[in-house]
Amino acid sequence: MYYVDLAVTGVSFGCMYAMMAVGLTLVYGLLRILHVAHAAVFALGAYITVLASNASGSVALGFIAAIVVTPLFGMAIYRLLYEPLLKYRPDVPMIASVGLLVLMQDAFRIVFGEQGITFHRNAITSKTFNFEGITVSAVQIAIVVTTAVVFVALHLFTTRTRIGIGWRATVSRPQIAASFGVDPIKVRYLNFAIGSALAAVAGGLVALLNNLVDPGIGFVVSYKALAIIVLGGLGSVRGTLVASLVLGLVEAYGTIFVGAWLDRDAIAFLALIVLLMIRPQGFTGARTA
Amino acid sequence: MSAYEVSIVSIVGINVILAVSLNMISGFCGQISLGHGAFFGAGAYAAALAMVSTGSVTLALCVALITGSILGIIVGFASLRVRTDFLAVTTIGVNFLFIGFVRKQAWLGGEMGISAIPATGLGAAGNMVMIVLFACATVALSFYISRSWMGFAFRAVGEDEGAAATVGISSAAYKLAAFGIGTALAGLAGGLYTFFTQFITADAFDFILSVMLMAMVVIGGIGSTWGVVVAAIGLTLLPEAIRFVNDYRLLIFGGLLVLVIRLAPGGLAAMAHGLFLRVKRS
Repeated sequence: MYYVDLAVTGVSFGCMYAMMAVGLTLVYGLLRILHVAHAAVFALGAYITVLASNASGSVALGFIAAIVVTPLFGMAIYRLLYEPLLKYRPDVPMIASVGLLVLMQDAFRIVFGEQGITFHRNAITSKTFNFEGITVSAVQIAIVVTTAVVFVALHLFTTRTRIGIGWRATVSRPQIAASFGVDPIKVRYLNFAIGSALAAVAGGLVALLNNLVDPGIGFVVSYKALAIIVLGGLGSVRGTLVASLVLGLVEAYGTIFVGAWLDRDAIAFLALIVLLMIRPQGFTGARTA
Repeated sequence: MSAYEVSIVSIVGINVILAVSLNMISGFCGQISLGHGAFFGAGAYAAALAMVSTGSVTLALCVALITGSILGIIVGFASLRVRTDFLAVTTIGVNFLFIGFVRKQAWLGGEMGISAIPATGLGAAGNMVMIVLFACATVALSFYISRSWMGFAFRAVGEDEGAAATVGISSAAYKLAAFGIGTALAGLAGGLYTFFTQFITADAFDFILSVMLMAMVVIGGIGSTWGVVVAAIGLTLLPEAIRFVNDYRLLIFGGLLVLVIRLAPGGLAAMAHGLFLRVKRS
């Protein structure tokens, strides 16, 4: 039963990673930028979820507030930070992105304090279910269900709707898509809006899981999500989902078997390096647009 | 000089060596590395172990240099297999792997690090002079490489591997050379850091440091030795200069980083070049 418990932990962490990382891989697929400041968007989502939940008394309203506000922030990052830097080498916007993350993290610390903030009423966070000896918390179920819904919805959106197809077309062949009347600039805004909204949901869920949002919440995302999207084959949503689940499980089992030798992050990155040496282009192979 | 000034100059010197050596890998040869802290750390730990067991400064520096270089060549082999952003993230992985490994090793002091490392016997000011001399030597080496055939080959590999291959430049050999030289210098900086602090923990060599070094290279102007030296000095002194806003230091630092990149995306080198052209025209 112990190993099943580990699998539950692994899968729920994997789902969380997937929601954090998908925005990052979308930005990479479109603009070839490692969007480190995505971690700041994620943290912002977490803060807004907690603040709005506490103010309104409803966790659902908290999530809605986060989903409304963070896309605006994401689009502002594109407009003000990345657009003017697109013509330079990709490490230039990346360093700007790191600067923004440092700034935001410290801003969160100054405004909301070093200790972070918690939900006032946390009925959901402590609820657990027991399936024949396997303990699953309500938040873990919420994470897995939300991830499943989000990825199915994203799949339907990009394959069944006109906007979604235009988006995919722009990612793979920007010029041809433009000649068919798809506005590439609008696609970029859509890209940042959707990626940021997903990061906000992931942030809210992590806040629920720990019942805490502190200034460092985004830091894990900033580097682990990078590992995930690389493993997934930069720019591929499906690859990112697979890589997230693999990494979640490797971490969960790895801490048991090699925990005496390496810490959690090191295990994740060891897996990354080993897998990259075997498959240098990630699980799905990078699409070159 | 006060003790504070001596320590600031020492740190500036170490950061100049680190940034200039990273510039050889990422600037000259175009291999983006976000794990320079790991090589710095490997050198520091190797020097610490050598100092604790033998107390010989020369030996400690040699060991630091060799350890950094060996680790660098291993990572260099990874650069033959994975490219561009894949390589960047692999090197982030190397950094986290290094920290995670060191933290769990009892013989490396684990979380507590290695303390009570014997002094070099040169005193704080003597150490500072040694660090500054090594920093000057590193800058000179960087200029020398930049103007040599090897520097030309590095740039060719960095710009276009295919084109480099057609003129008979083996990209694999030069990538390994770039990693080997750059990380040997990072290891050397690690040894100097050990002499300077006499106490090391894994946290001093984390990913944040690696990103800061890359920021020095980018702000200085990728590939420009002068630019990188100026940026390394500036970015090291900046947190000290804004010490008066104590509680808001990181906020202002992050803000300035964004602002500098936004205003001078090509780095200081490009900005200086632009100014030079404007002056010449008028």
